[in-house]
Formats: sequence, structure tokens, C-alpha cells
Amino acid sequence: MFDDFFIRALVAGIGIAIVVGPLGCFVIWRRLSYFGDTLSHSALLGVTLAYSFSLNISLSVFIISAVVALLLINLQKRTKLAGDSLLGLLAHSTLAIGLVLIGFLSYIRFDLMGLLFGDILAVTIEDIALVWVGGFVILGILYFIWKSLFSATVNYDLSAAEGMKPEVSNFIFTLLLAGVIALSIKMIGALLITGLLLIPAATARNISNSPNQMVFLATLVGIISVIAGLFTSLELNTSSGPTIIVVALILFIVSLVPLEIKGQLQK
Amino acid sequence: MSEKNNLLVKLENGGIFKSSKWLVRGVSLEINKGQIVTLIGPNGSGKTTTAKMVLDILSPDEGVMKSFTKKVAYVPQKISIDWTLPLRVIDFMQLTSKLSQNEIIESLSLTGVEQLLYNQIHNLSGGEFQRVLIARAVAKKPEFLVLDEPVQGVDFNGEIALYDLIKKISSTLNCGILLISHDLHFVMSATDHVICLNGHICCSGTPSAVVKDSAYIELFGEHRSKTLAYYQHDHDHSHETDGSVVN
Repeated sequence: MFDDFFIRALVAGIGIAIVVGPLGCFVIWRRLSYFGDTLSHSALLGVTLAYSFSLNISLSVFIISAVVALLLINLQKRTKLAGDSLLGLLAHSTLAIGLVLIGFLSYIRFDLMGLLFGDILAVTIEDIALVWVGGFVILGILYFIWKSLFSATVNYDLSAAEGMKPEVSNFIFTLLLAGVIALSIKMIGALLITGLLLIPAATARNISNSPNQMVFLATLVGIISVIAGLFTSLELNTSSGPTIIVVALILFIVSLVPLEIKGQLQK
Repeated sequence: MSEKNNLLVKLENGGIFKSSKWLVRGVSLEINKGQIVTLIGPNGSGKTTTAKMVLDILSPDEGVMKSFTKKVAYVPQKISIDWTLPLRVIDFMQLTSKLSQNEIIESLSLTGVEQLLYNQIHNLSGGEFQRVLIARAVAKKPEFLVLDEPVQGVDFNGEIALYDLIKKISSTLNCGILLISHDLHFVMSATDHVICLNGHICCSGTPSAVVKDSAYIELFGEHRSKTLAYYQHDHDHSHETDGSVVN
């Protein structure tokens, strides 16, 4: 059944949505959306390097994202520039380096659009295996560090004082984020990954009362966005990544309705 | 039990250096089981910094910090929880440890907020949240409890009840408490050892010794310190210079 490119995309996409849901919640809770953006911009450099040295794309993207994340932590210690300035600096310089390098690789036919916005046709059996195995590993690690990471998200000092070792889970979480970007770059594209992290989680926030509920709903919204987005993109012959994000946005707008009604009732 | 087994934390000559100045320096203190040690001092005198050093959140830039317990609970001075995180009181109670529903309710009722179990943290008033914070720390049954201005925003009656609770915890759980408080009344009546901080230790000792100290009078004013002397509790035991109890 995996012969059909559409089925392959569907299976890979659902796998991504399942991984992205819980991580996306943490991105929102910890106000890391711009950080996610920076990592995904640097992913382009990772892809270029993969082509230059014929490496596995996901591995190369993961390494570059992880290096950028470590650079950021290092830069924060060295300068007094605000976090968002440093993120902007890293995001755009890695993007620029990536694009400059592409110029040198004129002998390779580059699908730049596919790289930036994802390509449904490109999903292979290996990609599916990577998404599901990699996703399983990422979620397993997240489950393992959950208590520490969550308590650090609520209050770092409290978590540190009570022996939860938040500095370790913070570091691991950064690597998980790099990992999820590496897994999903082919499907969603470098420019839109943060959207898939953020929008389902934001939608879930509007309709949840507890952290676990929000994680569950974010995952569910992500899966619905992927399925509906892929069918729509097939129907309308549009790029898969952007279509998935547009569907997610529509779901977000719908989720505002109960919030609005609640607000009206309270008046 | 030997003296050694009672020791929970020991800070020797600790100091924190930040932004080219010493926030605190030369602070030595130790806290034993069942003992209440209080930090007092003006704003910016390094009380919270000292507490963070004792809790291993900050490692001292100078001096040595030793901790002999892992069962630590902390009530920080300020917590702001982002709206993006939906969090009920019941979720917050289990933040760093797994508790049964009964344990949670029992602990919340100690601070009088058991009816808030399923409320969103964001909707609590300042005083209610403070009570939840204390309940959460108590529910962990800690050996060492650090309370940083735990009754801020709590109404007057509640304040007295919470201070009574803190006193009770130290005896029922035999737990060592480091308290940061502006309530000199409580400090003087219920504390075993007072440390008066102003970037360094100005004076320290039993409450009765501290109120007579010239450094204390200088910090808090003669009038206020005299008034407080009336509140002094009757000792049913005496202390050694390090604050440990001699019966």
C-alpha cells in the first residue's frame, strides 16, 4: 500500500503530527517560537551541507540545528544582546550561508521550493521509517524528562531547588526540538515547521484546562491538519506544507469560538 | 541521634558575585532538623540570594555549600505562570512529586484552600496562590523547607494561621526550616535562630540576643526594636550560640 505516494505522505505526516504535538506545547509554554524559527532556518544550511558531502539530510539538519542551539547558549553567556536579537542573528546568518553555499553547488539540481515549503512527492519508505522510529525515540525521551522539563517550565528555581535537574532537561529539550525539525523538514519545509509546532498547540490552548489535555488536543489537531491538508493539496494541486498550515490556521480560528462564547457569558 | 545526623545544610563563608559586585558575602549558616532559622534584613540585602545558595540553585562564587538531604521543598517569593500554560491547582500540587488525591486534599486543607482543587492557577488571588504554594511544599513532607516571604498577600487572620502551621510543620515533620520574613513579631516569637542580613551577616543568634545587638537596632530603628522586645517568647529551653537547643 506504500506504493502510493499519497499514502506514504499521509503515514509520514501523521507520524510527524504525533511528535510535534507535545513538543509544540512546550514551545508555546516556554515562549520558544522564535527559537524554533531559528532552528528551522538553519536547517537549510544543514540540507546544503548534506548535498555537498552526500550525507543523510535529516542527520545533517539535526547536527546543524543542534550546533546552532549550542551556539545560542554560548552567545547568551558572552554578550548582553537580548535573546531575540541573537536568535535573529543566527537565523538569518545561517539561512544566508545556506543560500550562498547553494550557489556553489550549481552542478546539483536543487528544488529550493521543496526545501522551503515541503514536498509531498518526495516522501519515501525510508522517510516513513525515519519519522516513526525517530519520532518514537523523541517521544520516549520526552516522556522520560517530562517531570523535570515541565516543572522547569512552570518555575526554574523551584525545579532546581527540589532536585529536578532542570538544566539537563532544558538541554535535552533543545536537542529534541532540533530532532523534530530534522524529521519534518522534507514534509513541511524549513519555513513552515514552526507553524506546525505552534498552531495546533495554540489551538489546543484555547480549548484546554490542563496541561495533559492540551498535549492531547494539540496532537489531535495536528493529525487533523495533516490529513485534511494533504487531501486538500491533492485536490487543489497546491504545495503540501503550506496547505497543512492553512488548515491548522482554520482550526485555530474555529477554536476561538468557544473562547468567545465563554467571554460573552461571563459578561 | 547524633549532632551530625541532624544537620541538613551547612553554608560556610558563602558569597555570590554578580554584575561586578558582591550580592552577599561571608554568609555562614547551618540548619538542623526541627530548627527554624530566619533571615531578616532590608530590601536588596541578599536574603533571597542566600536562600538560593542554600538550595543549590546558585553555586557560591566563594565559600562552600554542603547539603545532606534530598527531600527539599521551596516556596519561592514570586512565581508568575504564563497564561499559555493551562494549569489547575491539582496539576500544580504534583509538580515535582507524585501524590495521591487524598494527600493533595489533605495538604490543601491545612492551608484552607481545598475547595480550589480544580481551579485554574491563573484565576487565584494572590493570597490563595500563596496558600497553594505552601500546601504544595508541605505535601512533599520535606526534611528541609525554604519559605521566601510565604504569607505575602494573605489576609491578617490567615497570616497568623499560616505562621502557626509553619511552626507545627517544623515539629511534626521534624523538618528544618529556613524562613525569610518581614514579620518581626513571628520571627521573634517562633524562631530558633535569627540571621540579620545586609550584604553580609550583621548579627545573628537567638531572637533575644539579636534584638539587643547594636547592628540590629541600627538596621531596624530603636523604636521598632524596642516594641518588638515585648513580643519575645518565654523560653522553655535555652540555646547554644549556634542556635541548637539545650534542654
